[in-house]
Amino acid sequence: MMIPLRALIQKDLRLFFADRRSVIMSFIAPIVIASFFGYIFGGLGGKTETSRIPVLMVDQDSSAISRAIFADLQARDSLNVKAATVDEARAAVRKGTATVAIVLPKDFGTEAGRAFFTPARKPQIDVFYDPSHAAEQGMVQGILTGTVMQVVSKEMFNGATGNALVKESLAGIDSSAGLAPADKKRLRDLLQSVERWNERPPATQATGLSAGVTVPYEVRQEAVTARAGVQYNGYAHSFGGMSVQFILFMGVDVGIGMLLMRQRGLWKRLRAAPLSRGMLLGSRAISAAMISMSILAVAFAFARAVFGVRIEGSMAGFLGVCVAFSLMTAAFGLLIAALGKTPDAARGMSIFVTLIMVMLGGAWVPAFIFPPWLQTVTLFVPTRWAMDGLDAMTWRGLGFSAAIGPIGALLLSAAVFGVLAVAKFRWEAEEH
Amino acid sequence: MLEIRDLRKSYGTTAAVDGISLRILKGETIGLLGPNGAGKTTTVSMIAGLLRPDSGEILIEGRAPGSDTDPIKRKIGLVPQDIALFDELSARDNLAFFGALYQLEGAKLERASAEALELVGLSERVKDKVKTFSGGMKRRLNLAAALLHDPELLLLDEPTTGVDPQSRNAIFDNLETLKKRGKTLLYTTHYMEEAERLCDRLVVIDHGKVIADDTLHGLYRLLPVTNLLSIELQNASGVGPLMLEKLRTVAGVRSAELTESLLKIGVHDLSADAPGILQWLVSNGHRYSHVVSERPDLETVFLSLTGRSLRDS
Repeated sequence: MMIPLRALIQKDLRLFFADRRSVIMSFIAPIVIASFFGYIFGGLGGKTETSRIPVLMVDQDSSAISRAIFADLQARDSLNVKAATVDEARAAVRKGTATVAIVLPKDFGTEAGRAFFTPARKPQIDVFYDPSHAAEQGMVQGILTGTVMQVVSKEMFNGATGNALVKESLAGIDSSAGLAPADKKRLRDLLQSVERWNERPPATQATGLSAGVTVPYEVRQEAVTARAGVQYNGYAHSFGGMSVQFILFMGVDVGIGMLLMRQRGLWKRLRAAPLSRGMLLGSRAISAAMISMSILAVAFAFARAVFGVRIEGSMAGFLGVCVAFSLMTAAFGLLIAALGKTPDAARGMSIFVTLIMVMLGGAWVPAFIFPPWLQTVTLFVPTRWAMDGLDAMTWRGLGFSAAIGPIGALLLSAAVFGVLAVAKFRWEAEEH
Repeated sequence: MLEIRDLRKSYGTTAAVDGISLRILKGETIGLLGPNGAGKTTTVSMIAGLLRPDSGEILIEGRAPGSDTDPIKRKIGLVPQDIALFDELSARDNLAFFGALYQLEGAKLERASAEALELVGLSERVKDKVKTFSGGMKRRLNLAAALLHDPELLLLDEPTTGVDPQSRNAIFDNLETLKKRGKTLLYTTHYMEEAERLCDRLVVIDHGKVIADDTLHGLYRLLPVTNLLSIELQNASGVGPLMLEKLRTVAGVRSAELTESLLKIGVHDLSADAPGILQWLVSNGHRYSHVVSERPDLETVFLSLTGRSLRDS
């Protein structure tokens, strides 16, 4: 039985490699797109130059405090801050040329200083933002909070504005209706202490709170990768993702190819030969899995040679995930052949299903940005397991035990698809 | 070689094959005739094991085929109605693939491929991809692909569909060669002239039933007339219904129809009846310029049996 089996597999491989479109789609396209995505999302060691967030600042106050805030934000590496009027800022955010605009209102410095010590009305900062960049808006707001706190507190403990506001606050304590007598005494003591601090000799003013109130900690960042000294390589994820996507497209072609064989009468010729059904479907599954493995091999060989992607984890685990995903793809192709009525009808539906699987699997964007319910749903999507497995075995550098789950899930998917395909396959010729 | 007993196959409420029985002896060439949708391809598909009959029996050399891998399937060669070849592969690679399905490899496969290509006259194009072939060449290669494992029974499902007359003749020559080699052929067609040229016996089917099963001469005997006299009249304007009525009473005349100036008269015995009929025409003032006698074709037989033309459906 080896002669027909070998012939069936060889025929599939020859037809695949004879079709230039298939070869380009399966081998070249994933490399090109993965290279692009890898560069955009981190690149080598996650050091790809990232663009600064364009921010416009409207300073309607022109006080020492507002000018200091503007200067501090301009000095940030992650922001590109420019001055603008309110109308210009709103128009720029609407057009998308600025992501966030900050409006510091008139008397901001004075009101912020007053609100710093007493329960006075807080000034309002307007923030306009582009809703398609909500994440950047959050980041800018965080930076703004720290900057305002530092600049206002610095002015309160050192500057002329702060001194005047302390005196003003002291004078207003007795007339303040909202404070209990005991609290009025405590607040007076505090403000008198601040007043004495601000009036200290100039020689001693370079110490203590001269820099204002800052966050009471320092951050040390460490990217946790496979091992110490091994940097994150964004290409590892993108090559895994694009390989998964284009291998699934190849699986679609396997199914469509079988429907075309049926349409062109070739299936009759195969069925007329003394061959078992297992051999007819099995040979197709084997050839599809072989093509899938070769696509993964070429993609990761390229990624290794050009972008330094390494299998930092278990090689056996990596191969296991690749084999299991290849078998899943082969079974997926057979399922398309079993459920598809005609090649054209099957093509549209199967490409749609493939794109959904790829999207939910995290091949385009990581699955962790999905809402929790959707992340739970993706556990039932085989591509999610393929991506998790490939990530674990490449840049995360995990051991074989981390591959067992993905391998098991992929083999289970392959079995379900395979059983469904065999059960639904139309073995009889269609004569009417 | 092949025996079919009361074969039935339905699709929903439509009976595609409705109790067909037939028997083909070793070395015979049988024509399975019928219009499109008559049940020819369904019958062939059941014989080849592509379709499971609802009921009935198919015996090949006295034995019913069992599983998909039953070695008795090696005795059958199927030439599908479609050109079942891989366009992107060469003629040689196509034959190597189809041969391998029947366990052929190495020198055995080479020899079988060479013989099949020789038979269909494509030895010179062995390395060319099928996509560069003309329609007729593809049809011939389609036939060659079914011959590699040297089957005893060839199922030919309309093997000349869509080919030019020259290629059709080439395929007929190939089939006649196979016939001489003692192969058993079951040939489905709705072209009467093909069946007339090739077949020893004709099985006419319509609506899934056998409506006639006989030799060519046997089928002709079913017709009311065996010869047709076509007479071109010099002046047909004087011929009316009354004249045709009188003509039909002349000895030997079975039918008489006038189309413009062409008078068609059906007779049984040409040599005995024709002189009297021609004499009657002249003596009644109907001179003629041209006389041709012709035998009715199988198209007429089918029309006579079913009341429909073969190409109607």
